[in-house]
Amino acid sequence: MTAELGHFTLILALCVALVQAVFPLVGAARDNEVWMGLARPTAMFQFLLVAISFGCLTHLYVTSDFSVLNVASNSNTAMPMLYKISGVWGNHEGSLLLWVLILAIFGAAVAAFGRNLPPALRARVLSVQSMIAVGFYLFMLFTSNPFERLFPAPINGRELNPLLQDPGLAFHPPMLYLGYVGFSMAFSFAIAALIEGRVDAAWARWVRPWTMAAWCFLTGGITLGSWWAYYELGWGGWWYWDPVENASFMPWLAGTALLHSATVVEKRDSLKGWTVLLAIITFSLSLLGTFLVRSGVLTSVHAFATDPTRGVFILMLLIVVIGGSLALYAFRAPKLVSSGLFQPISREGALLFNNLVMTTAAAAVLLGTLYPLFLDAIGGGKVSVGPPFFNAVFIPIMIPMIAAMAFGPLLNWKRGDLVAAFGQLKLAAILGLVALAATYMWQTDGPIFATLGMGLAVWLAVGTLTELAGRARLFSAPAGAWGRFRRMPRASWGMVLGHFGLALAIAGMAGAGGWTKESIQTMHPGEKVELAGYEFTFDGASEGQGPNYTAIVGKFTVRKGGDEIAKLVAEKRNYPIGGMPTTEAGIETRLAGDLYAVIGDPEGEDGAYVTRLYFNPLVVWMWIGAMVMVFGGVLSLTDRRYRVGAPKRSRAGAAVAAGA
Amino acid sequence: MNNRWLYSIPLAIFCVLGIYLGIGLTLDPKQLPNMLDGQPVPAFDLPPIKDRGAKGFASTDLEGDVTLVNIFGSWCVACRTEHPYLMKLKEQGAVPIHGIDWREEDPDAGPRWLKRFGDPYTLVGDDPRSKAAIAFGVTGAPETFLVDQKGVIRYKHIGPVNDEVWKEVLQPLIQQLRRNGSQTGGQKGGS
Repeated sequence: MTAELGHFTLILALCVALVQAVFPLVGAARDNEVWMGLARPTAMFQFLLVAISFGCLTHLYVTSDFSVLNVASNSNTAMPMLYKISGVWGNHEGSLLLWVLILAIFGAAVAAFGRNLPPALRARVLSVQSMIAVGFYLFMLFTSNPFERLFPAPINGRELNPLLQDPGLAFHPPMLYLGYVGFSMAFSFAIAALIEGRVDAAWARWVRPWTMAAWCFLTGGITLGSWWAYYELGWGGWWYWDPVENASFMPWLAGTALLHSATVVEKRDSLKGWTVLLAIITFSLSLLGTFLVRSGVLTSVHAFATDPTRGVFILMLLIVVIGGSLALYAFRAPKLVSSGLFQPISREGALLFNNLVMTTAAAAVLLGTLYPLFLDAIGGGKVSVGPPFFNAVFIPIMIPMIAAMAFGPLLNWKRGDLVAAFGQLKLAAILGLVALAATYMWQTDGPIFATLGMGLAVWLAVGTLTELAGRARLFSAPAGAWGRFRRMPRASWGMVLGHFGLALAIAGMAGAGGWTKESIQTMHPGEKVELAGYEFTFDGASEGQGPNYTAIVGKFTVRKGGDEIAKLVAEKRNYPIGGMPTTEAGIETRLAGDLYAVIGDPEGEDGAYVTRLYFNPLVVWMWIGAMVMVFGGVLSLTDRRYRVGAPKRSRAGAAVAAGA
Repeated sequence: MNNRWLYSIPLAIFCVLGIYLGIGLTLDPKQLPNMLDGQPVPAFDLPPIKDRGAKGFASTDLEGDVTLVNIFGSWCVACRTEHPYLMKLKEQGAVPIHGIDWREEDPDAGPRWLKRFGDPYTLVGDDPRSKAAIAFGVTGAPETFLVDQKGVIRYKHIGPVNDEVWKEVLQPLIQQLRRNGSQTGGQKGGS
């Protein structure tokens, strides 16, 4: 019965979504308050229905009801409870249900907290949200029903892909989806603004927190995914430019640009048409990512079940949503008049530069991801573009942006003084060059981009701190600096942390990308291998047993200068049901770099194993940097000016911040 | 207002993109029958890769038993995911697997890769200039061809071979080919 209840509530949710899509929109056009008023209760009701439906699927998983195809294909009784639950979204159908659940949560949040929104805007936003939801409900009900029964029911199910049976990956999809779907809010606001023909500071103040929240989730989700790839795939790498990774990275790039341009709309009443376009692009890239992952047009490491009818359906959805919104944009955007004018050298100019670079980078990633498809379509055969293309194109695009990032916050609105800004950045420039030179002398063998990356990381970190110190007049008037730090708006702290976190992350990427040391060999128990100044001793391997897998557990001791500094435990697991091995790398995380060991297959009869040992310099700074960025985002979300329900009183605060 | 048209540019770009995505869907290589099915393997004679002796891999090696010909490259991420499964097939002794090491820029990269992840192949040919790969109509790596006892291509799988592909497609086909092969062989012996 639970499956039928879940299916039924999903159908009901579709009906409610149709009502929510049509009536409030017509009501807003005709100024009919009753029809507009339907938006809020329907959004709440829709959320309730989807939540019940999602609860049903979760219940089916928890109770291992194998008469449901989806459960039987992705779960079995031996799996730990955590993975039974994460199995709900570890498959195509369930992840779509999670998608619409999150969409409904955001809709309900607008309904609940959006009391102070103009009623017409709120009605239109909720209506647009619901249109997206209708598309996804139809997609699920016609091509991907998670509640499909299986007869006869098997005794036990198959298994969740063993690679996904991991705590990091259990929470990766929900985070990522909160990000993807969160951008639907910016999209709905953008479409509503196009329909109304009006974009103003209040609109931007509404859009920013949603975009910021989505950005935080997406950053967290991408980081989790990258971290997972790092320790679970056992190749010592953390980013492979795989289509699925790119699918999440493109909206991140566009969303970061959106975050910055929305600031300009809010503070300076400028870049309106561009910001609306970015909101559409960001969500479109989220949808495109879904299409690429789900339709199977591109082969990837992350093999999902693919089905051509699904691909056709998602393509139709894409054409309606993206094509429709861009057509609306073409008609209505010319009406969005911006009043704020600015010089090229100004805060606005710097933010626009950021925008152009970020969108160019997103376009480059899109091109690289779709290039094999383009070539295939014109009969050129299928090619693999791979990391060489992305590294060669993406990194040079980002370098000028990192260089400019330190300048942006130091420039005034409207008209900035580049020479004065550079005067303040002398220290950053000197330290950056010192870091560059030191890295170059010390590590002669690395790629030039990594050396450059270290210099840029120091430049950006010091530049950001310089701006922070200057804002609080730390050196010119140290007495009151503490008080000024404390009175600084949280949104400003968010900016500082965001930029500083990126600097840390760049250092980590440069270190890990440039100077990873690797050693592959057969090791007998007791044998020692020297790597990057560390001595790895293989202490032998034994058989282990998990709840639903068997494992070879290899132990290593790492010494430096004779002192024992770490013990590493690496596993190679075999999941008999899925017939698939996974590696669990043994990792000791240190600030200078990770000690990383992987155990392979036995070699001969005397306890020897193939082992892979890595020293990955500075990797941890990548994760720390990403966490600092997310923390900055969360901090600025708690800023009074962003807080939902406090738009009026913030005028004075905004003016102060704008003048600062 | 002549710059009104500027606002239509995003739509125009998307239209082009949409057309390509549409074509891409119809072209889904997994859904298309392979033109070479039922054709004899193209003639090729590839040199060996380093550290693997003097024997390379040629089309004449394919007669006798049912075999898999796997196109791989050390640069190919999907091949790495496929690799453990090929190792498993080798351990089971399920079917001889031959490899074509495709498009290596560094002649040491392929041997190093096999040393690192294990070597599931009976014979390996080096194909840096895509000589055999073009003849086979390879569209990307990994790709796997099922070749029968007479050296005729019976099936082509695009993308990594995994448990599902093996159990549902390759294994039944191999069993069928082996059965037919032994029957015809038996008839010949009897006549």
